[in-house]
This record gives sequence, C-alpha cells and structure tokens, in this order.
Amino acid sequence: MAVSRTSSVRATTAGSFRPVMIGGCILAFVMVLAPLAAIVWVSFFENKIISFPPTGYTLDWYRAAAAMPQFRDGFVTSLKLGVVATLVSMFVGVPAALVLARGRFSGREAIQSLLLAPLIVPGIVAGAALYMFLIEVELASGVQVAMTFWGLAIAHSLIALPWTVRLITASLIGLDPQLKEAALTMGARPFTAFRLVTWPLIRPGVVAGALFAFIASFVDLEKSLFLVGPGVTTLPIVIVNYLEWSIDPTIAAVATVQIAIISAGLVVTDRYFKLARAF
Amino acid sequence: MSSILIKDLVKRHGAQVTVDHVSLEIGQGEFIAFLGPSGCGKTTTLRMIAGLTEASAGSIHFDGRDVTRLPPYLRNVGLVFQGYALFPHISVAENVAFGLQMRNVGREEARRRVDEALSLVKLAHLAGRLPKELSGGQQQRVALARAIVYKPEVLLLDEPLSALDAKLRTEVRSELRRLQSALGLTTIFVTHDQDEALSVADRIVVMSAGRVEQVGTPREIYQRPATRFVAEFIGLTNLFPGGLDGHGRFRCEDGECFAVTTTDAPSNASVLAIRPEQVRLVRGVPAPDGESAVEATVEDVVYRGALTEFVVRTASGVKLAAHLQNADFGRDELRPGDRVVASWPADASMLF
Repeated sequence: MAVSRTSSVRATTAGSFRPVMIGGCILAFVMVLAPLAAIVWVSFFENKIISFPPTGYTLDWYRAAAAMPQFRDGFVTSLKLGVVATLVSMFVGVPAALVLARGRFSGREAIQSLLLAPLIVPGIVAGAALYMFLIEVELASGVQVAMTFWGLAIAHSLIALPWTVRLITASLIGLDPQLKEAALTMGARPFTAFRLVTWPLIRPGVVAGALFAFIASFVDLEKSLFLVGPGVTTLPIVIVNYLEWSIDPTIAAVATVQIAIISAGLVVTDRYFKLARAF
Repeated sequence: MSSILIKDLVKRHGAQVTVDHVSLEIGQGEFIAFLGPSGCGKTTTLRMIAGLTEASAGSIHFDGRDVTRLPPYLRNVGLVFQGYALFPHISVAENVAFGLQMRNVGREEARRRVDEALSLVKLAHLAGRLPKELSGGQQQRVALARAIVYKPEVLLLDEPLSALDAKLRTEVRSELRRLQSALGLTTIFVTHDQDEALSVADRIVVMSAGRVEQVGTPREIYQRPATRFVAEFIGLTNLFPGGLDGHGRFRCEDGECFAVTTTDAPSNASVLAIRPEQVRLVRGVPAPDGESAVEATVEDVVYRGALTEFVVRTASGVKLAAHLQNADFGRDELRPGDRVVASWPADASMLF
C-alpha cells in the first residue's frame, strides 16, 4: 500500500508540473529560434531600411553580399581557420583524451583543467593576452605572428581544443576497457585493437568533437578581435565592422548563409551520431 | 592445449600484495577452478596468466615455454570476460571470427570454423545478429565461441556465469563442462561460488588474501578442508573454538565435550567443525554408540524443499546448524522449542 501511495503521489506531482515543463520548453525554443527565423526572414526583404511588414521579397541581398570582397574574404578566412583549428585540436585532442580517459595518474586533473581552460577564460581576455604575447614574440624574434593567419590559427586552435578533448574523453570513458583487452587476448596487437575496436566505437564522439570545434572556431568573435589584421579578418568580425556603418538586409543574408552552413554540419553529423549522446 | 606451470607468482600494487607466491601445476586438458571471495587474488592471477596484468615476480610456463613476459597477443589464450566484452559494433559471426582474422586464417577456412564454433554453442542461426540483440545467455555463449574458435592453448573464464539467472547458470555450466572435455581444453575458471566450483572442476584452487589455501579435487576440498578458511568458505557453519583434551575428546570453550577422531588432526587444534548435513536430530532417543551427541532445543526451522535447515541450541548455549534431507524426514515434524538429541558420527568432525 505504502509503495503504491508514494508512486501515485509522484505521478500527481509530475502531472501538475507537466504544463509548466511544456511551457518552459516552448519558451526556450521560441527564444532560441525566433531571432534566427527573423534573420532569415529579413534577408529576403526588398526594402533597404529594415521595417515590417516588408514591401516585397528579393534575393538581391545575397547577390550583394557575394559581390562584396570583405564578406567573401572573411568567409574564406573563417573557413580556412575552422579547418586548421579543427585539425590541430584533433592532433592534440585525440592523444590527450586517450591518456586522460585511461585513468588516474598524478597531474591528470591539472592537464584536464589546462586543456579545458579556454572554455572558462573569457574570450576577450584570452585574445588580449595572446595578442600581447605574440607582440612580445615579434619584438624578440622579429617574426610577425600577430595579425597574420597563423596568429589567428593559434587562437582558433585554443577555441577548438576544449571541444575535442571534452567530447572524445566522454566517448572513451563510456567505453568498456575490457573490449580492448578482449581484442588483445584474441591476438590483436595494440594498434590493431585500436583500429578495429576502439576507433569504430569512439568515432561518433570524435566526429562530434570535430564538428563542435569547427563551429566554435567559425563563430568566434572575441578571441579574434585583437588578432585580425589587414587581409586576414574573420567573417564574424567583418559582420561587426559592417554593422558599425550600415544596417541593411545584406548582413541578414550573410548571417543566413552562416546559419545554413552550421545547420548543415549539425544535420549531417547527427546522421552518423546522435549528438545528444555526446554530452 | 597446454599444461600450465605457475611458480611463485606475485603481484604487488605498491605496498599491497594482491597475489602472494602462488605456485600451481595444471595438467593438459584439466579443468581448474579458482575459488575464493572477492579480492582474494583469483582474477588477478587469471589476468597474469592471460598477460593482461604484469607479474611482479615469479613465472608462468605454457608447456615448458616461459610466457611470463609475453604480451597477451603472443600467448594464444582464450578469455571469457565476466561482462563478455563482445564487440558491440560488429555481428556475432564477426565477433567470433576476430581471433581467426588476427591469425590470418583464410576467408573460407575462417567461415567454416566460425560456423563450427557457433554450432558448438548452438547459436549458428544468430550469426548475423548484433550482440545487443541477444539475451544474456546467448551473449555468454558467443563469448565462449569467440574464445575457443582459434583453439587457444588455455581457456580462461572470469566469473562467466555470474550475470546469468540461476536456471540458465546450471544449464550453461553443464554445457561448458561438456564442451571443455569434448575439446580437451586446459581451462581455468574463476568463481566465488562454491557450488559452481564443486560441480564443474577437476580440481579446485581455494584462494584467500592472495594465497593458495588448498588445492584438491572437489571431493577433497569438501570432505577434507585443509584450513578453517576453506571449511568456512565451502559452507561449513558449525565451528566451535576449544581444544583437545588428550583422550579423544574435544572440549569446547563453553564446556561442551565431543568425541572426535584424532588420527589426522593437529594436536594443537583449536577449532572443531561439523558439517550441518551430518548432524541428525532425533526426539528423545539416545544416540547410537560411536556418535557424538548432545541435547538441544530447536530454535529455528527453515524449510528449503529438498532439505530443511535447523538451528538448535545446546544447554550450554552452543548454536548448531543441522540440514536434514526431507526424504528421510517426513512424519515427525520438529518445531521451534522441541527438545531433541543432536548427534553425528565421531569421524565426521574436523579439527583445525
């Protein structure tokens, strides 16, 4: 009796909370999606001064954006940076995660904190610090790094790294260590065991890590702010610069392209791996 | 199929010694059970034989070949893990084929041997499934097929039945025994379950705190436990501290005195043990000659179907467990509070 009463009490509690929960979910969805939807909508407006309702619809802003060299260059720079940052974060993140997930050893916490620190330190602070450091390097060595592509690449690798480390470590920790041992007892050398057993099982986590690393780099604004230079400016900064002087649907068209690229990345990755499982 | 020779095997973790000078000779085709409570070092010993844990000292030989320093992939062992450790991303057949693939067995030959191994465990019809689509018992059999398909020198089983329910456990146990003798595999079976060890093994190695307490056939282990630990672990519950009085009697600390056979008992024995199933309980009839007997009161009765478990207490307060077969014991039902005479053959008592 006692048991059934408890469970019915719990059921009622959950029942009375349900509308609140559903309401909360809807609110969250609206708050996340409404601005995105608005941007996409505005990008098709005919009128130059953004006002509602629009006088008509057009694709001109996309043509205009594509014709502006700063957007084209910014887009290419961001894309290249995203790829480089993702690659670097994989080369560092995969081995780091393999070691971190293997278990406790002295210094493990310290290494993990260090690798995740870029998530915690405010981007603008880290960006400024990196800028000053690179200037010092330049003064000492005469090699210019700040305001070059490779200076940005260092910053973006730092942005990407916590994502790969975090997601790959998570997928390794969920992995039964006995699977590798089973492969070893059956005659597989360590690298073969990794290739045939560990790798296929952590691949979804690695893919998700790479994707998030790319996105984090692609949308970064603060860390790049000090490090961009003439000829090497990332898309988010080009957008900010443009917004300083004019607000017209061109910017909405650029943002829509950005949203579309990221969404496509998420959808494609989700086919290989339920992204929700990586957290 | 090899013989195994283990000499002075030691595993230390810092100051802690988990396996303490274990020495053992295992004959070709023998079925050995490592029996002991958790933390006794049985799994660590098994892992050292497999090569998954490095030995701190001592040596392991397969058929005279020193394998102590060899990595697991050069030892040719088959290991069935407690959690089976089936590869979740490939089919049952691919799981079983893994060891053959590592040995570069040709495609046709591999297919034939996978079929053979899966038929051996009666799972040929599920070859194309993924492990997660199988029941626990079926997964267990896949793990077994996977470990024997490449004809390992030694088959190692780490608590392979513990995840199965009771009925399935008995079934798989006898199947395992049948396969093992059919294939003539030298097998080591790790378990904490004495019934399991007694029913499958040719010989049992009882371990405690990293040491071997006793090695013997199930019959020897059960009937003549070498130490108090073995006696207790194997299910002996009537233990009385005390000492021999030099006249063929054992005097318990609380004054009770029992006749015992002292021929192979240590003269400084400090514990008397009596198996619960050798104790008889009779209402009011004096015990026959040559029996130790004591008057007692029934305290507790637990009906278990095939047998009934009694706890009786003697006048001096000693508690005694008695297990009576219900076949011998039908009409006269004892109840708590009944006065009885508890007796057992003098040679049924054991001294440590």
